[in-house]
Parts: sequence; structure tokens; C-alpha cells
Amino acid sequence: MKGLRRLACGALGLALSASVAHAATEVRIMWYSDGNEGEVLQDLIKRFESQNPDIKVVVDNVAFGVVKDQLPVQLEAGRGPDIVRVVELKSQARHWLDLRPHLKDPASLEKNFSNTLDWMREDGSNALPGFMTQLTITGPLVNTTLFEQAGVPVPGAKATWDEWAAAAKKVADSQKIPIALAFDRSGHRFMGPAISMGAKVMGPDGKPAVVDEGFKAMAQRIADWHKNGIMPREIWGGVAGTTYKGANEEFVNGQVAVYFSGSWQVAQFSQKIKDNFDWSAGPEPCGPAACTGMPGGAGLVAVKYTKSPKEVARVVEYLASEPVVREFSERTLFLPAHQGVAAKGVDFKSSDPNVKKSLDVFLNATRTADPLALKMQSYKWSGTIYAAVISRLGQVVAGEAQLADAYARIEEDIKQKVAEASR
Amino acid sequence: MSTITEVPGGQASSLSSMLALPFRFLMGVLNAPMGAVQRRFGIAGMGAVFLAPNMLIFSVFVLIPVAINLAYSLTGGTAIFFDDRHFVGLEQYQTLLMCGDYAAPSTCLQDAFWQSVHNTAFFVLVQVTMLVLVSLGTALVLNREMRARGFWRGVFFFPVLLSPVVVGLIWKWILQRDGLLNAILLDFGFERILWLAERNWAMFWAIFVSVWAHLGFYALILLAGLQAIPRDLYEAAMMDGTGRMRVFWRITLPLLWPNLLVVIILALIKAVQIFDEAFVLTGGGPGTSTMFITQYIYETGFAHVLRNLGLASAASILMGIVLVGLTALQLVVSNRRARKEAA
Repeated sequence: MKGLRRLACGALGLALSASVAHAATEVRIMWYSDGNEGEVLQDLIKRFESQNPDIKVVVDNVAFGVVKDQLPVQLEAGRGPDIVRVVELKSQARHWLDLRPHLKDPASLEKNFSNTLDWMREDGSNALPGFMTQLTITGPLVNTTLFEQAGVPVPGAKATWDEWAAAAKKVADSQKIPIALAFDRSGHRFMGPAISMGAKVMGPDGKPAVVDEGFKAMAQRIADWHKNGIMPREIWGGVAGTTYKGANEEFVNGQVAVYFSGSWQVAQFSQKIKDNFDWSAGPEPCGPAACTGMPGGAGLVAVKYTKSPKEVARVVEYLASEPVVREFSERTLFLPAHQGVAAKGVDFKSSDPNVKKSLDVFLNATRTADPLALKMQSYKWSGTIYAAVISRLGQVVAGEAQLADAYARIEEDIKQKVAEASR
Repeated sequence: MSTITEVPGGQASSLSSMLALPFRFLMGVLNAPMGAVQRRFGIAGMGAVFLAPNMLIFSVFVLIPVAINLAYSLTGGTAIFFDDRHFVGLEQYQTLLMCGDYAAPSTCLQDAFWQSVHNTAFFVLVQVTMLVLVSLGTALVLNREMRARGFWRGVFFFPVLLSPVVVGLIWKWILQRDGLLNAILLDFGFERILWLAERNWAMFWAIFVSVWAHLGFYALILLAGLQAIPRDLYEAAMMDGTGRMRVFWRITLPLLWPNLLVVIILALIKAVQIFDEAFVLTGGGPGTSTMFITQYIYETGFAHVLRNLGLASAASILMGIVLVGLTALQLVVSNRRARKEAA
């Protein structure tokens, strides 16, 4: 009889625990991965779930294209996941949830991500929609083996863009490689150097005022470097419109002396280059106004249409906490946006000495980025500006247009887009 | 009402009547509802009843999207849903058509649109001409008695089976800076050529790859036409001592003309829609020298952060009008051919 009672109690206990488990609130995260960050996130989420059995987190791993193309439609329809990892933060800011009322310690999130919160909220808002999972920064990646073989010193801090281009040319000529200096075909990549040259980008009224002397100084250099064979025509001039094109393969194959791209390349370069040659990130090249790269990155934000804002806030708060951000950065080789983590330094988990050296350089570059470069991330029209700049300068490089025509077209394209978006 | 006639006696007929049983059962089940439908719509209306499912699918996947597209082209803004968009009438069409000189795209407000129209027109003209000529030549060769004829027909048809993206990627690997073709050139001591970074070369390769990828399909249509030409005409010509070229001009070409016309029109329609393989191969470059209308629509509607769906829809409606014109031409030609054959 006693045994039977125990069995009944056990069964009841099991049933109760099952019903508790069943009652756990589900939080869905839409997540895309460039590298191993999806696996790292799963580990972190498992830990969160074991500490918070009342929340079940489902990570929907999707392609980047889903976030880019399908998420906007879902959001416009008032649907979507509870949390999403996304790059287009500012343009979709009206769909993000202000977690402030639901967070245990909103001040901590505000303090640790103060530099980047404006990137994901509407102008003038003090909402706390989430945090940047990683920071990226543009900058030069240098084939140091080629520089050594050519006997050319890698330009140091404060070296100008002209000095970088001259050094790259010397190396390419001496080592008989086809590409001295490669630039990603992207308006974002162009804008950092342009700001270094003195571009102001915005007018006093806050509207785009792109073509000024600083902008022209960099655009002229880009055109000249293509004419002089320092930059390869097939990257900027090779495709039409806003199509992105990089020189990753060429750099990995040892065909490029200096590749102006960014911190996100580090993990894949380490994987592909192995010990074929030494490479490293270089300091940001300078212009008369600054020595800056362009920051960027992806953020994890809560979606306004969630039915479980409190649970979503707990998940976000956990993932934005210092130890979690530290582990995430160390294992994914991403630069942390958490200012506390960045200030203390990160012990990136890689046996490749090129990785640690490069990430330290990039991490330093995030601290010295020009305020205007930082502001561009939260500027409503930055995407529109990048698109106009790259498509028109691409035409100049391909020999279809003169710089003067391109300047006029850039302004006209931006004006049209702003008018269309302001209807 | 039709019935299945049973043939008495014999194993074969009993087997076939057994096999027909499920069919007869099905017909029996359908008889009552179809009878009711026929009583409701009459015999004359049954054609429409049978077409209805197909028309429903056609409406959902073609007519309604076209109507939505048309509606988008009359609105402005960057929002996705109609509630948040503004009616602008024909403004998007005006933006597209605003031009100082249609022959000079740089004088147009939407210079990229007009550049893509020029590129598409050039591409259609050259690609269709080349495609028809090469397909005809291939069909003529494959129609001759030769060893392993089936194998050679397969070889020419094989690229048709490849996805356009695969076609684009294969040729990109061949033509890029360190691609196969440059490796061969360098081996023979020649200079490297940037095939996809030179305007004329890029257009040449866009046309070449497109012809390579599609010629098998059109050659097959022409081959069927060639095989339908009665052999005795050639035998009679041979007995009369007619020359090969004369046989081609006087017998082959006139009798192949209906097939050739279908091939020309189909190739024209397909060429106007060029996108995937060219986009993968050249990305529209260098500059905008291989940017075609479909890429312009894609760029305007989807690639930019601020999606200009109104302008993209207007461009696609204009392109649709051209395609409807070509399709109407094909219908006229087919009908005329059918009438001639009937006569």
C-alpha cells in the first residue's frame, strides 16, 4: 500500500513538473550567422534556460537574406519573432520594443552600450531596444609578408592615405603582384576615408549634404588610384548599381598588398590563409581631418509585437551582461560593443597570432573612431548616401562618367530618395 | 454519355476490362455531381467549368500579381503595404520617361533605366540573331548522318539543363582575373585580359554565355522541323543535280520557316527578360554596361535600403507591355500558320 502511495506521489510530481515545463514561455530569436556565432549563442542560451526554467528560448537560424528581405514584410504586418539579430537597425527602429520598463537594471544596459544605442532607436528617443552583439570597424588589412619581402615598412599610425597608397604600390611593383590596394565596393567603406579627408556628410539642417571638399578629395583619390593601376578596376568598376564586391579571395591568394575592408574578415582570413603568409590589421590611414574607420555591426533587438515583453527583457539582459558578452566575443572573435568589456580587453580564443594582433588593432580603432563616423550609424539617410555614392563612383571608375557628373548625380539620387521616403 | 465498349472473349480483353474497373468506378462516382453541374450550366457552359480550376490558378499567380503591380506603380513612398503608401497617379511613369534625349541616357532623370533599356535592346538584337543562326547551324549539323549522333545531340542540349546561376558561376570562374582562360593565355605567353572589366568584352561574354546556355533548346525545335521535311524532296533535288546551297535556300529554309519564326519570337521574349545568368556573370558591370532592365527593376525595388517599389513596378509594367507585344506577335504568327496548314 505504501509503495502504491509512493508511486502515485511520484507520478503526480512528474505530471506537475511536466505541466510546469509545459507552461514555460517561449521566446523566439531570429538569428543569422556569418561564422560560429550561432553555435556559441546556443551554448549561452542552454545555460540561460537551465537558470530560468520558466522560459524556453527557440533560436531560428536563418540565412542573412531572410532577415534582409522577409523580416521587413513581417514587421510591416505587425508580426515577426520576439527578438532578432539585424544589421538594418535604424531604418526599422519604429518596430523595436522599448525594454526599459521590463529590465531589472536598465541603467547598466544604458551605460555599457551608450555609444551604440542611438543606432537602433528613433531620433530623439531614449528607448532601450537591445544591444549590439558585435562591433565592426573598417580598416586596412596588410599582407605583412609581402611588405617584409619588399623591404617596405608598413605605414604606422598617423600615416596618410597617400603614404599608404604609395607604400602599397611599391610592394606590388617589387613583388609583381596584380593589386596594390583593394577597397571593398561599398559606400560604407568609402565614407570613413572621406570623413578623414574632411567630409561633413550632413548639412546644418540635418539633411544630407554629401558632396563637399573633403568628399571630393577622397573621390578624386579613388579615381586617380584606379587610373594609376593602384586599385583594380574590376572591383569598383566591375559591377553595377549598389552591388557589393570584395577582394577577399585575392587577398587570401596573396595577390593584394593592402586590402581596405574591416574587422569581420579576421576570422575567415585566419581560417583560409593559415600559415601561408603573415597578415595583420594596420592603423587607420589619416587625412587632414581624422584617422578614422567606419563602425558598424549587428544588433540584437526586441520586436514590438512580442506577446512576452518581460521574458524577452530577461533574455536580452542576460545576453547583454558582461560575462556573456565577454565569452561571446572571445569565442566568436567579434569586437565587443560592451564598453566595459572593451575597456578591459578581450582574450580572443585563437592560436593564430595574426588574429590577436589584428583584433587588438581594430579594437583600438573602435575607441578612436571619429564622432561623425559614429553618428553616421544612427543617421537616417546613411544607407541612401552609401547607395548613391557607390553606384556613381563605380561609373567613374568604369569610365562611364566624369567626377563632376558623378557629384551632380549623387546629390540628385539622394534628393530623389529622400523625397520618395518623405511622402 | 460515352460508355466503355467491352470486346467479348479473349484474355487480353478481360484484362483490359479489369484494368478499366477503377476508371469506371471513378466515372460512376463523378457522374452524379457532374450531371448536376451540367444541368446547372448547360452543355455550352461545361467548357468554362472545366477551365475554371486552371483560370483560378492563373488568376492567383498571374492576374492578381499583375493588378497589384499596376496598383503599386500608381503609388509612392517606401512603405510595403498599400495603407501606408500614397496615390501619385502616373508620376512614377513620368519619372521614368523624363528624358532630354532618349538616345543619350545621361540626359534622362532615371539614367540607369534608360541605360538598361539601351543595353537590353542591343543584347536582344545581337543575342537573338546569334542564337538563331547558331541554333540553325547546330540543327543542320545534328540532322546529318554521323557517328554517335545521339551523343552529340545530348552534348548540345546539356547546358539547357543547368540552372542559370550555375551557368553564370561556371563562366565567371573561367573569365575572372585568375580564371581558366587567363591561365591558358598566360601559359601561351600572352598578356592577361580582364574579360569582365572591359565594357565590350563583358557584353560579348554576356551574349556568348547566353547563346551557349540556350542554343540546345532552340536547336531541338529546329531539328524537329528539319526532320519533318519529306526526304523525297531532297532526293528529287539530288536527282535534278541541285547544288547544296540552292537546296538549303529553296527547300530547307522555306519549309523550316514556321519553326524558325517560333524560335525567333521565343528567343526574343526570353532575351528581353535576361537577368540571372548575366547578373551572376557580370553583375551589370563594368559600370552599367551590362545592366539590363530586369536588373534595374531588382536594384530599384529590392537592393536599396529605401525600396522604391512604385518606380520598380512602373518599370516592370513598361517591360510587361513590350513582352505582351512580343507574345501577341507570336500568337498572330501561330494562328496564321495554323490557318495556312488547315487550308
